[in-house]
Amino acid sequence: MLSIKNLHVELEDEDKKILKGVDLEVEAGKVHAIMGPNGSGKSTLSYVLSGKDGYEVTDGSATLEGNDLLDLEPEERAAAGLFLAFQYPVEIPGVGNMTFLRTAVNAQRKARGEEEMSAADFLKEIRAKAKDLKIDADMLKRPVNMGFSGGEKKRNEILQMAMLEPKMCILDETDSGLDVDAMKLVAEGVNALRNEGRGFLVITHYQRLLDHIKPDVVHIMSDGRIIKTGGPELALEVEHNGYADILAEVA
Amino acid sequence: MENVTLKENDGVKEGVDQETVDAVREVGGKYKYGWSTDIEMEYAPKGLTPDIVRLISEKNEEPEWMTEWRLAAYDRWLTKKEPDWAMVDYPEIDFQDQYYYARPKSMIEKPKSLDDVDPKLLETYKKLGIPLKEQMVLAGVEGAEDIPAEGRKVAVDAVFDSVSVGTTFQDELKKAGVIFCSISEAIREHPELVRKYLGTVVPVSDNFYATLNSAVFSDGSFVYVPPGVRCPMELSTYFRINAENTGQFERTLIIADKGSYVSYLEGCTAPQRDESQLHAAVVEIIVEEDAEVKYSTVQNWYPGDEDGKGGIYNFVTKRADCRGDRAKVMWTQVETGSAVTWKYPSCILRGDDSQGEFYSIAIANNMQQADTGTKMIHLGKRTKSRIVSKGISAGKAQNTYRGLVSMHPKAKESRNYTQCDSLLIGSDCGAHTVPYIEVKNNSSRVEHEATTSKVDDDQMFYCRSRGMDEEEAVALVVNGFCKDVLQALPMEFAMEAQALVAISLEGSVG
Ligand SMILES: Nc1ncnc2c1ncn2[C@@H]1O[C@H](COP(=O)(O)OP(=O)(O)OP(=O)(O)O)[C@@H](O)[C@H]1O
Ligand SMILES: [Mg+2]
Repeated sequence: MLSIKNLHVELEDEDKKILKGVDLEVEAGKVHAIMGPNGSGKSTLSYVLSGKDGYEVTDGSATLEGNDLLDLEPEERAAAGLFLAFQYPVEIPGVGNMTFLRTAVNAQRKARGEEEMSAADFLKEIRAKAKDLKIDADMLKRPVNMGFSGGEKKRNEILQMAMLEPKMCILDETDSGLDVDAMKLVAEGVNALRNEGRGFLVITHYQRLLDHIKPDVVHIMSDGRIIKTGGPELALEVEHNGYADILAEVA
Repeated sequence: MENVTLKENDGVKEGVDQETVDAVREVGGKYKYGWSTDIEMEYAPKGLTPDIVRLISEKNEEPEWMTEWRLAAYDRWLTKKEPDWAMVDYPEIDFQDQYYYARPKSMIEKPKSLDDVDPKLLETYKKLGIPLKEQMVLAGVEGAEDIPAEGRKVAVDAVFDSVSVGTTFQDELKKAGVIFCSISEAIREHPELVRKYLGTVVPVSDNFYATLNSAVFSDGSFVYVPPGVRCPMELSTYFRINAENTGQFERTLIIADKGSYVSYLEGCTAPQRDESQLHAAVVEIIVEEDAEVKYSTVQNWYPGDEDGKGGIYNFVTKRADCRGDRAKVMWTQVETGSAVTWKYPSCILRGDDSQGEFYSIAIANNMQQADTGTKMIHLGKRTKSRIVSKGISAGKAQNTYRGLVSMHPKAKESRNYTQCDSLLIGSDCGAHTVPYIEVKNNSSRVEHEATTSKVDDDQMFYCRSRGMDEEEAVALVVNGFCKDVLQALPMEFAMEAQALVAISLEGSVG
């Protein structure tokens, strides 16, 4: 599904290397988790994959189902099936949450040459999905992320993901800022979307989320590289011992 | 920013959307009304002389007093200078190199059926989105009024170059006692009303352009709503400049008698031409005791090309006089067109407890220049005014908000609230805010808030990462920025306005 090879990335404006050769392969139907110390480059990886400005890829490649991602505009990557749940979702004043999503859904459909979703179908679907995530009608009408609490913003990201039905979902610390109940809702949302055709890359600092979303593979990222890959037990190890042992091991 | 298709009982209504985007796609992002109609025109000779003024008056079959009124205005105009204080810059206009009168030849005699109508004129209305029945009425087909109309009910008056070509739904309005017709017809048929009110809100000598308009206006719309009547439908005027080198000087006079209500919409388009064209309109609104008037404009005159070639010079004087106590007026404008806009719809709050509101979206892209705002003149006690201005600049455009809030000594306990927001797209454009505030009593309060922001990269990336292309993303963010004003528009216009916002920002990103 998602195939990243030897990815090197530096900042466009300053001479700073952030990713220093990332190799990662997420298969369809699998959930991969990435853990790693602050500043190790996890969010940068997710931004570069989604096409944010300001980064320069100096080497390596990233493909989604064999298509070169790095050549595409952000909206083309979205239409190709890539989705990023932001670590810090963005506020858009005056634009209703539902309007935003409907515009997005139809933009993607159009880009793929599909029929637009009718207003009635859209309403029906968003209501059902919002209900599952305990997002009330008021939040659907309010401007995108404006005045949403930290947890509401994260649930809203999951709602977008559920509506857009991407093939490859990247979740950047979607668990941070969530209370215990909200964490469950988010995990249920993700689990509901799990299927053979879909891949997940879940960036997190905590085992807690992974209790609910059982990962198939766990990676540890440090200083712009994946330094260790293992099964779910690797996350438990980090939870108990921190990164020191792992870092020492590879050094 | 409401969307008709998503309307539901539980109040889940939503806004900018597919329709906007479709509209943009449909027109390929270019100026939609840039075509011209090849119709045989009757012109008066170029230039402005007392004889031309008399000719205009004669063509409209006006009474003597009207001719005299115009000639007096002409004499005043000769003594006046073009104002130069606005933040706009344009080549000198040669007022003698303009046509002051043009009308389609086919309008000289009324056609008997649709077959007799110049098909090009009909085509024009069709392109403007006017329904067939209304097209027929506008084209002056006899008996067209009696054909039942389908769909929405908006009475339309269309002004094509200098002349009004017809007004729809006249009979139905007549039943309600509402007079809605061209001003030339009003001068002939309702001289007592016209004489009583014309020039009482915008005096002949008000300013250079208003004085010019008073001398040469050839048509426009007239509305009279009698006491206690709620006008049963929206009234709408389409202004279209078609002929080359022709100035358009329309004159609108709206009178809302005691306790009445009317909502009036104005739409404007013009063909795409390399030469600039002059437009100098005057709108006067009289609001009597307990009456309310809503006046909405979607101004989409041709803005000129990317290099600033061509486009309409739009110098407009619009003013409402709240003469009676508790009178209310609301101006809403969406200004997306014109090369140069000079326009300050104003409210004179004379009656006690009267209210004025001004909601404005002004978009300037490429080489466009907009200098627009409002004046709120508080004369009566406990008068209230509210100003919400959203200025959007893109390309190399300059956008100025210029506003005056004046509280006179007798306007005790009056209030004003002004919110003035500017949004910049790119780094070569400019936004300027010039608020004047005069408070001459100590019980009144004036609040002013102003912000300037840029379309934010993070917002753009967020939208794009969800699948919208750059233009959709900008349209969405900008429509969000304008929401407070879009909401003040009647529903049908709000949709059109959203689409226009998107169209006028074409090419502003990337
Ligand atoms: N635009 C930028 N300008 C300057 N430095 C940047 C920029 N983007 C990323 N960095 C730096 O790159 C490094 C990696 O940042 P990144 O946000 O990817 O880390 P992270 O692994 O997601 O951290 P966290 O766990 O704290 O979210 C950090 O040192 C960060 O300061
Ligand atoms: Mg991060």
